[in-house]
Amino acid sequence: MTAGPRQEFIAGVRATIPLEIGAAPFGMIFGALAVTSGMTPAAAQGMSLFVFAGASQFIGVNLLAAGTALPVIVLTTFVVNLRHALYAATLAPHVRHLPQRWLMPLGFWLTDESFVVVANHYNEPGDPRYRHWFYLGSALLMYLNWQLWTLVGIIAGSAIPDPTRWGLDFAMVVTFIGMIIPTIKNRPMLAAVVAAGVVAALANPLPNKFGLILAALCGVAAGVIVEARRGEVKPETTP
Amino acid sequence: MNEWLLILGMMLVTFGVRYPVMLLVGKLPMPDRVVRALRYVPPAVLAAIIVPSMLYPDGQTLDLSLQNSYLVAGVVGVILAWRTRNLLLTIVLGMGFFLLYRAVFGLT
Repeated sequence: MTAGPRQEFIAGVRATIPLEIGAAPFGMIFGALAVTSGMTPAAAQGMSLFVFAGASQFIGVNLLAAGTALPVIVLTTFVVNLRHALYAATLAPHVRHLPQRWLMPLGFWLTDESFVVVANHYNEPGDPRYRHWFYLGSALLMYLNWQLWTLVGIIAGSAIPDPTRWGLDFAMVVTFIGMIIPTIKNRPMLAAVVAAGVVAALANPLPNKFGLILAALCGVAAGVIVEARRGEVKPETTP
Repeated sequence: MNEWLLILGMMLVTFGVRYPVMLLVGKLPMPDRVVRALRYVPPAVLAAIIVPSMLYPDGQTLDLSLQNSYLVAGVVGVILAWRTRNLLLTIVLGMGFFLLYRAVFGLT
């Protein structure tokens, strides 16, 4: 049986609901942090509307609050977003038949969360004809939810002096833990995670989140080196 | 204005990574080595983001004590993710544990 556009869309929304539990407090803390670190409410919401990249926005606001130069913030955002190149490359074969009016919004709305559910769905058996509607459902829910919780955070952040005391930023940590751990299926992947984590911890005192860039590069290098030493690793779909 | 310039810059590098790759892969040949290396980017970047937030909860001071709820709950989160392999369970139980731990030990 072929699922039609409407069923695919609803299935995409449904599959993404669990991930909103992590995204909601994360969006809220972003909104609150943005206004308490000196952004105007309009720019805080604007960043969610036009950039739409949770981790990058979070890091961007932190750097902005620390008085970091604009080009450095943009460069850091770029490195943090490089992982989307893998997501896009993984999904590209499934969506390349689509016209531009589909590809541009789907590209803009690509997130860690939607990638996880959409890539899984494309790997399921069955007729993939309308699966871009699943992607659309997932992406739209992520986007609207992110806008809503950013707004809630902006309002809360304007009213409450120190929103970081709630510890809601832990939502980002635990969401990313839940996404990383299941992808560690072999030694190169473990090496990449451990190397990136250790370097990030040691390099934390470096200014401008430079440690983040360094750690990401070391992690990728560790993965590639361990993979080369072990010879061929069975091709696996990530994550 | 400065903050809108920042938004524009961040938007360009974000969309500039997501969209062109989606558009070009399959139309242009991607070297196999690049594709393989790319697989390590997401876990490496995500680990590089979360490990410092667990070890340096205020951003600057290394805190390895049990008072550090980010570290304790982060370790619990890793165990949850590893045992359950379920993202929703990991997020809900991990966040629940974190809030409970802070409440019980009166941490702010």
